[in-house]
Amino acid sequence: MTVHWLSAAQTAAQIASGELTASAAVDAALDRVASFDETIGAFLAMDPTAREVANDVDRRRKAGEPLGPLAGVPIALKDNLVTRRVATTAASKMLAGWIPPYDATVVEKLRAADAVIIGKLNCDEFAMGSSTENSAIKRTANPWDTSRVPGGSSGGSAAAVAAGLCAGALGTDTGGSIRQPAAFCGVVGLKPTYGRVSRWGVIAFASSLDQVGPLSRTVEDAALALEVIAGVDPKDETSIDAPVPRYRDALTGDVKDLRVGIPHEYFDGAIDADIRGALERAKALLVERGAQLVDISLPHTRHALPAYYIVAPAEASSNLARYDGIRFGTAATDAKTLQDRYMKSRAGFGPEVKRRIMLGTYALRSGYYDAYYKKAQQVRTLIKRDFDQAWHHVDVVLTPTTPTAAFGFGAKASPLEMYQADVFTLACNLAGLPGISVPCGLTGEALPIGAQLIGKPLDEATLLRAAHVIESVLGITKRPKAVA
Amino acid sequence: MPALPRTEVEEIALLARLHLDPDELSRMELELGAIIEYFAALAQVPTEGIPPMTHAVPMDLRLRADEPAPSLSPSDALAGAPGRDGDLFVVPAIIGGGEP
Amino acid sequence: MTVLAELLDTWEPVIGLEVHVQLATKSKAFSPSAVQFGAPPNSLTDPLVLGMPGTLPAFNRAALALALKLGVATGSKIRARARFARKHYFYPDLPKGYQISQYDEPLCEDGFLDLIHDGAVRRVKLQRIHLEEDAGKNMHVGSISHVDLNRAGVPLVEVVSMPEMHTADEAAEFMRSLHRLVRWLEISEADMEKGQMRCDANVSVRRRGEDRLGTRTELKNINSFRFVHNAIEHEIVRQIRQLERGERIVQETRLWDADAGTSQPMRSKETADDYRYFPDPDLPPLVVDGAMMGTTLHTMPELPAARFDRYVRAHGLPPDDARTLVNERALAEFFDATVKAHPGEKSGRVIANWMLTELLGALKAASVSIEASPMPPARLSDLVQLVEDGTISGKIGKEIFEESFRTGEAPKAIVVRRGVQQISDEGALIEIIERVIAANPHQVQGFQAGKDALFGFFVGQVMKETQGRANPVITSDLLHKRLGR
Repeated sequence: MTVHWLSAAQTAAQIASGELTASAAVDAALDRVASFDETIGAFLAMDPTAREVANDVDRRRKAGEPLGPLAGVPIALKDNLVTRRVATTAASKMLAGWIPPYDATVVEKLRAADAVIIGKLNCDEFAMGSSTENSAIKRTANPWDTSRVPGGSSGGSAAAVAAGLCAGALGTDTGGSIRQPAAFCGVVGLKPTYGRVSRWGVIAFASSLDQVGPLSRTVEDAALALEVIAGVDPKDETSIDAPVPRYRDALTGDVKDLRVGIPHEYFDGAIDADIRGALERAKALLVERGAQLVDISLPHTRHALPAYYIVAPAEASSNLARYDGIRFGTAATDAKTLQDRYMKSRAGFGPEVKRRIMLGTYALRSGYYDAYYKKAQQVRTLIKRDFDQAWHHVDVVLTPTTPTAAFGFGAKASPLEMYQADVFTLACNLAGLPGISVPCGLTGEALPIGAQLIGKPLDEATLLRAAHVIESVLGITKRPKAVA
Repeated sequence: MPALPRTEVEEIALLARLHLDPDELSRMELELGAIIEYFAALAQVPTEGIPPMTHAVPMDLRLRADEPAPSLSPSDALAGAPGRDGDLFVVPAIIGGGEP
Repeated sequence: MTVLAELLDTWEPVIGLEVHVQLATKSKAFSPSAVQFGAPPNSLTDPLVLGMPGTLPAFNRAALALALKLGVATGSKIRARARFARKHYFYPDLPKGYQISQYDEPLCEDGFLDLIHDGAVRRVKLQRIHLEEDAGKNMHVGSISHVDLNRAGVPLVEVVSMPEMHTADEAAEFMRSLHRLVRWLEISEADMEKGQMRCDANVSVRRRGEDRLGTRTELKNINSFRFVHNAIEHEIVRQIRQLERGERIVQETRLWDADAGTSQPMRSKETADDYRYFPDPDLPPLVVDGAMMGTTLHTMPELPAARFDRYVRAHGLPPDDARTLVNERALAEFFDATVKAHPGEKSGRVIANWMLTELLGALKAASVSIEASPMPPARLSDLVQLVEDGTISGKIGKEIFEESFRTGEAPKAIVVRRGVQQISDEGALIEIIERVIAANPHQVQGFQAGKDALFGFFVGQVMKETQGRANPVITSDLLHKRLGR
């Protein structure tokens, strides 16, 4: 297989064995970026130190020094992950020119694992969106059909991995922002349990929902990446202090007696026929391998969308108050009064970000708080209780990741229509549960389909095990045509 | 689809310190109106006695030891400041006293 | 203030205070950036203090421990699971656009502060004490303002009293008592000039007999004990005058201008904010563990008001003296140590006298703190003993005090070296008296003819002969006998 299509685990193994050098792996990725990113538009910035880091890995290997589990593997990062000395914009004009003085914890962990960070990836501005069309900087295309969106908000991450521009990427998931683009681009996307991965250095969108996770070409890579980035962090008070297992050990291929919940609420509504068919094949496969399907109900699911679109904008309106053009970023320096300075500087947010700041501000005002934010947080408790109830009977829950495959640019006319794209992924974030989207075939139009598995808190291992079985039979073996 | 009154949109924009031009204001009236109407469905969910979730995974606050770490140098702290005067950030004059 | 006294026949002021006190930690509330007063501008920041994207707060254990101390010392209910909330407003000194504070689940509630007022302890109820972070500083320079974020993120407690004070004096006393308490507990230096303790006051007035509170105004920027008094008194008069003219009080925030001695309303645009509080999703509930609670209870010292009470009751000190002694914990500790070394029914009063008349003056003149006093409690008790048992006179005692304080030599040693023991031997004194009488026949005649005032002359002459060492009581007795009157 050509170097750029190797999985991260394969790349690391070949480098460790001397079959491949880190420099060659990184050069292959950078060549791919040079050849195809004009078409895809995934990268916002390249890390100028990538080749240097790769050379260092090669030097250390020759010297017989121990190397980390991702040694020499070219990785790219969603641009809402803070990187020291490398511009970080969250795809917003508000952060133009900002050079962070520190690294996100996940970035430190990747560096400690000897991964080579090659650059920063496009996304919806401040991770708000489901198509990456809200990037204030550029448009990212779906490698399977460049007239379609890659999904979002981690659209650049999904597209780059799908197009073989890097061996793997990190994204963030607040309401489906890893899983939905992973489904649209035919890659694996894992959102860990809330608190499993540190949020230090993750540009906050909705603090109680945000979580970092990998987008990869294989389930094994997702397991490997999670091993590297998971763990408690004293800098993140919400990170969970629990041991990090060797997730790759979970990939046994054995799902015998696994109890798989099928929540009818996720199958009742309008779902694309090809997706419905793909999910049926996934169910049949699991049964054939000895798993047990259990019909369950998650009755509060239908309230997830309104609850999410209160909680997330409310927290966003708070998290985005710091962009005032005083200490960093862009500012209307010609403003004569302080009020003007604030108003005009903050006019630099894009339309969707403005909309959410407005919504969140609306919901948090005194007199409105109980009816909106508090109510939505109560509904979250109900949604979580639905799942708690389900865990008495099942080990994982299987649903489609999205109701449709990737849609075309400009296809969603109104914000509400766009919000519906996240309808199956939101509940996971609201309840803090781990979720994974695994490729599960192609539609008649040759667009990828994703199956979503949702697990118990901190039980990423079971998700990965089940996803691995689906991947082994129903995974996509074709390459996207735009980058063939 | 009920629009949000213009005065309320303006009031919220002021609270959020967002300058919106007339076009944006008009769009916000309609879009926010529609979304807020959609939220209204939540009011029907019975939630009496249900605790609001503030943390998906229940835990207590961990406490950090009171040990100072080196600060950024003033030049690093001000490196990205759009307006500065020596080692101070600069903003248009503030009238009146501060908060809290 | 007779004008005010007259107005107060009809009107009753109601005052509540909100006092911010910086906690004496080494690092900031939510990040390890150092805390220090007077550092060069913007030299005490880190990505979190600057509000940079991606930063998260991690709470300082010492800030909790200090706030808890104050909570326990004020008899507050300590919430089992307190919570941080975000308070939103835009201001250049507030880097995140919100302040991490506490809202409906504060750490402490329903406590009290004991004031020492008018010679007695008076208890003022506290609504709450909550934790929050300080803002930075804005400095106005013509058409621009400068922002220094060194202070941003310093941990604070906000102490909120119930609106149950009625005079400016009482409010100022609240401030003094809180100041004394936080220093006593080493919670804060509480230096008001450094902004380590700051006060806002809510003031309203109502007709006497009325139950309902009047419309209140909030006074900001009253950052000295004197300003608290002056600003509140000024506001009381202003409100009463306005009401008597038939006008209504506008609920507003007013800024005290100490130089002009007046207050001005702040522009409403800058105050009419909606803080949009909500629980901070970055910070799980704050739980006080048993160990911390145990340590706090176990190490809680006797508090100033209790000590004041004990000094007045057990030692019979005048309230003013007792109050002075409890002004500083070290002073009270000095007093207690001295009394312990020299117990006795009256010793408390005697020792307090020595401390308040001699020691404090000497310390002040030498610019030395009580902790570093060159005369420690053991020396002072020795000196008191020497006077009490008649070894030296009170007058000589003061000289010995001065020398001992200056040189650090033990009082006893000075007495022996200088040979200044008091002469109480009657034979020796009679000898001297005879010499004085022989040398002053005119005065003897005068005295015997009825000039009573001359008695002092003879005492003086005896003292002169003895370099002041003659026991004044015995001398006086012997003179009366000898002179026949």
